[in-house]
Amino acid sequence: MAIDTTRVQTIEEIEPFEAAEEINGGDVVLIDTREPHEYQEAHLEGGKLVPPGLLADEIATAAPDKSARTILYCRSGNRSAIAAAQLQQLGYENVASMSGGILQWQEQGLPVVAAHGMTPEQRERYSRHTLLPEVGVDGQVKLLNAKVLLLGAGGLGAPTALYLAAAGVGTIGLVDDDVVDASNLQRQVIHNTERIGMPKTTSARIFIEQLNPDVKVVEHNGRLDANNILEVMEDYDIVVDGADNFPTRYLLNDASVRLHKPVVSASILGFDGQISTFVPFEGPCYRCLYPTPPPAELAPSCSANGVLGVMAGTMGTLQANEVIKLILGAGEPLVGRLLLYEALGTTFTELKVRRDPDCPICGENAEQVPESEMGKFPDYDAFCSGAGGDRQTIAS
Amino acid sequence: MATVRIPPVLRPKTGGQAEVEAGGADVGEVLRSLTAEFPDTQEQLFGEDGELNRYVNVYLNDEDVRVLDGLETAVKDGDTVVILPAMAGGRA
Repeated sequence: MAIDTTRVQTIEEIEPFEAAEEINGGDVVLIDTREPHEYQEAHLEGGKLVPPGLLADEIATAAPDKSARTILYCRSGNRSAIAAAQLQQLGYENVASMSGGILQWQEQGLPVVAAHGMTPEQRERYSRHTLLPEVGVDGQVKLLNAKVLLLGAGGLGAPTALYLAAAGVGTIGLVDDDVVDASNLQRQVIHNTERIGMPKTTSARIFIEQLNPDVKVVEHNGRLDANNILEVMEDYDIVVDGADNFPTRYLLNDASVRLHKPVVSASILGFDGQISTFVPFEGPCYRCLYPTPPPAELAPSCSANGVLGVMAGTMGTLQANEVIKLILGAGEPLVGRLLLYEALGTTFTELKVRRDPDCPICGENAEQVPESEMGKFPDYDAFCSGAGGDRQTIAS
Repeated sequence: MATVRIPPVLRPKTGGQAEVEAGGADVGEVLRSLTAEFPDTQEQLFGEDGELNRYVNVYLNDEDVRVLDGLETAVKDGDTVVILPAMAGGRA
């Protein structure tokens, strides 16, 4: 492209070290005027991508304030100079182009956000993620470094694990003590006919490793109880609750509040699902929402009552979405909100959930409960005997 | 009239209906209209003392009635009352 020198002469050009000083001082809008693939390779921290061909369309979003200090850069300084002239014509009052571009910036030893830690294969695999401003290379690296524990590798756990693995969540822990059964396959999409009889954690690991070799799968082939839950959870950043019984949900809640770990919690039955995200001390906990569980006759399980297979997919992928947002720090997670989905009418309903100041676990006067009491609730013994013996585990 | 949303576990008690129209000036009256029409819902919603069971959450539109005026919370025509017991399905 020919450079219109009459315009270029009128723009302000600054050296990389001058730009760095201004950027460090704050109040600078930094625009990267290159193509998306160049941006993915490496860019300046805080730089917003506006490719030259999209300048007129996208600059108002990237730089809404025409009076703000706006610094443009590209690879070597040509494209940013042209873009700076265009911005001046559009009425931007305080524009500068960084001479020498990111090449000279890097030659001078100034830092960039690079696709470090990502191999060329990973850049290809996750390119649809890194193109999103909300993810980018930084976000993908966060996903690759994240550790997520899934309680249950069944109805909800299967679709959640599928999408978290595809997204490149680096470590996925799976807790389940069950084996794959033919009746699972109508909804538990990470298992298959050949693997009937295999432990669910193993079947899930085989599926995930075939889908994405970047993901390390940790099998916890057993049950969680008050004696081991803290130790298991300690290694993870986020827990996904797809348990099928109340004692486990209360146990997980109490442990997650103790360890300050967020829990993405969903449940499904028939054509109905509900989901919320519990971030300890930022929003309510599970006990703020449900201080006591219903009696056993009002707490039917999917095995007794049936569930539409795709319901597990809908709610499980909503859980995966919440997890990814928490890892990225993007968007608004379902903190303090309970989302209900009803599949026959295809309706979503959102309810407010508030922190209970008197909550025995996360309330103002809550005292740390001894480990032997974790997961217990009023009438716990009566509930558990009514529900068929010791159910202080995720078994059912 | 308000619309009462019936959770899956209570639908066997309402002839399978997921939504029921019920009249009343406050949440308590609306729920008592429901239990009058479908008596089997009574013991699952209310304890012997006439109070809501602790394990049943009731929302007027999107707000928990526990942070409003409880069963005395006023209900207008067209409001939605959501009955919500905890659910635990997911893994099996």
